[in-house]
Amino acid sequence: MSESDTSPKIQTTIETGDEGRGEAPLNARDTVIEARNLDVYYGEEQAINDVSMEINEHDVTALIGPSGCGKSTFLRCINRMNDMIDVCRVEGDIEFDGKNVYDDDVDPVALRRKIGIVFQKPNPFPKSIRENVAYGLKIQGFDGDIDARVEESLKRAALWDEVKDQLGSSGLDLSGGQQQRLCIARAIAPDPEVILMDEPTSALDPVAASKIEDLIDDLAEEYTVIIVTHNMQQAARISDRTAVFLTGGELVEYDNTAKIFEDPEEQRVEDYITGKFG
Amino acid sequence: MSNEPESGVGSLQRSGFVVRKERLYGRLIAACAVLTIVVTVGIILALSGRALSFWSEISPIMYFTGTSWSPVIAQDYGVLPLISGTLIVTVFSAVIALPIGLAAAIYLSEYASDKARSILKPSLEILAGVPTVIYGYMALVYVTPMIDRFLPFSAQIIPPGVPVLPEFTFVMPSLGTFNALSASVVVGIMIIPMVSSISEDALSAVPDSLRQGGYGLGSTKFDVSTRIVVPSATSGIVASYVLAISRAIGETMAVTMAMGMSPQMPYFPNVLRNLAESSQTITAAMVQIAGADSLGTGPTYEAMFALGMTLFAITLTMNVLAELVRRRFREEY
Repeated sequence: MSESDTSPKIQTTIETGDEGRGEAPLNARDTVIEARNLDVYYGEEQAINDVSMEINEHDVTALIGPSGCGKSTFLRCINRMNDMIDVCRVEGDIEFDGKNVYDDDVDPVALRRKIGIVFQKPNPFPKSIRENVAYGLKIQGFDGDIDARVEESLKRAALWDEVKDQLGSSGLDLSGGQQQRLCIARAIAPDPEVILMDEPTSALDPVAASKIEDLIDDLAEEYTVIIVTHNMQQAARISDRTAVFLTGGELVEYDNTAKIFEDPEEQRVEDYITGKFG
Repeated sequence: MSNEPESGVGSLQRSGFVVRKERLYGRLIAACAVLTIVVTVGIILALSGRALSFWSEISPIMYFTGTSWSPVIAQDYGVLPLISGTLIVTVFSAVIALPIGLAAAIYLSEYASDKARSILKPSLEILAGVPTVIYGYMALVYVTPMIDRFLPFSAQIIPPGVPVLPEFTFVMPSLGTFNALSASVVVGIMIIPMVSSISEDALSAVPDSLRQGGYGLGSTKFDVSTRIVVPSATSGIVASYVLAISRAIGETMAVTMAMGMSPQMPYFPNVLRNLAESSQTITAAMVQIAGADSLGTGPTYEAMFALGMTLFAITLTMNVLAELVRRRFREEY
């Protein structure tokens, strides 16, 4: 985050508009992440089958598909969160800014500092709200004004007004929706380039979920957002591009969101979206 | 089928036999629970009765402020040298056991492979199962000579020409046959399994989602272990510390053998001397009285109960503190 960005972003937005999302040409923006012939296995079982896709900078890219289709696995491959699963094996490339993240000389710790992640279930640390947001800064040896960055991140996560008087109280005392926004603030505080979201609203009530959705729209101004969701209306509302994974870890169709939801090429995608299966 | 008591399987009639059986089971297990309370209360009553009778003969002020303990020969009943001996062993064994025990717990919970864990955990349990008298013997026969050989903290390291004043130079004299240092070392080793086992349970109970959150923010494994998992398990770790320290305070056999029976007020300012020389703990003093000829009557005999009360008060305080700390730091995830 540069100095000029310290004010909350919401007012200065050059809004692409809801109708604008999902209609720009596929390669209008720079590619930030590119998967090539990606195969992922858990032991003998194949979770991702020969997936290739390019993800654009500052887009919101939604990954949808039925349970067990490999969309979360794909998401976690991008910042190598799957490294911690012993039986997980990855073949093929995922390039981030032109560098294969699975190259031997890539440090997953450094990678995750550029590609943050928000999980399905809010998981604030049992620390104060301030310490939660400051955590990433502290481990990365941030030497600027931590309090200012905490405030800025909480504002960006649309949580500041609700917690500004209780920064010292535990993050666990917040409601579920607030906890998830705290986790988003925590993820954006160290200023990553990409934010991965693994079903970030599925554990929340509809009101809290819609706040997160609004937030994702704002975050895309500054970050590349990749979101896994079970909720197709959500994908249609918030994403620019949608990738549809179907059983077997296959990427069946990847296109502008409007195209996917209005006129998909594949019959299987149409069946899935209209609820005929999955 | 009417209201016959011997009702069949399909009947809704309550069976008198089952009811009586259930009531009997309930009473049996209740009796077991009550038994533990009765025994505890009995011990406290027995201790306090004799202890009060001791304090009616020997003034409590003299007991708690006296600096000499010599119940048999000089009839001195000052408990301070014994408390000092107990504290020295407790503090130094804690210095050894708390960091090592926690580090071992972190290794077991966060770093070790399943295979390493399956070997190490039982090994630690075995360490906990070694009879304490063997630790005392080890201290006397192996630890003291070894420390003396490898750590020559003697006056020789003072540059020549500097006068050696034992009370005002911070040097460690060579170890006596009975000394507090080797007692502390073996007591420390003895309580490591307690710290590591209970702490490991606490660390393992930290939900994986917190670790994932940490890694997702670009933490190293060490960051996750020390900045997220350990702070999240504070209550359990503190509980393990307090239990281990209570154990060190109450430890008897090893310290009696390793540290000897010479009650000693602490040396100031050269605290190192306290480690090199013999001292006596509260527990060792009780052993000594129990082994003396004065069984049955008199203040010497009753002093044992006063010491028991003192010890009990200390460990009870520790346990209450532990509970308070545990509540203060407990987190619901």
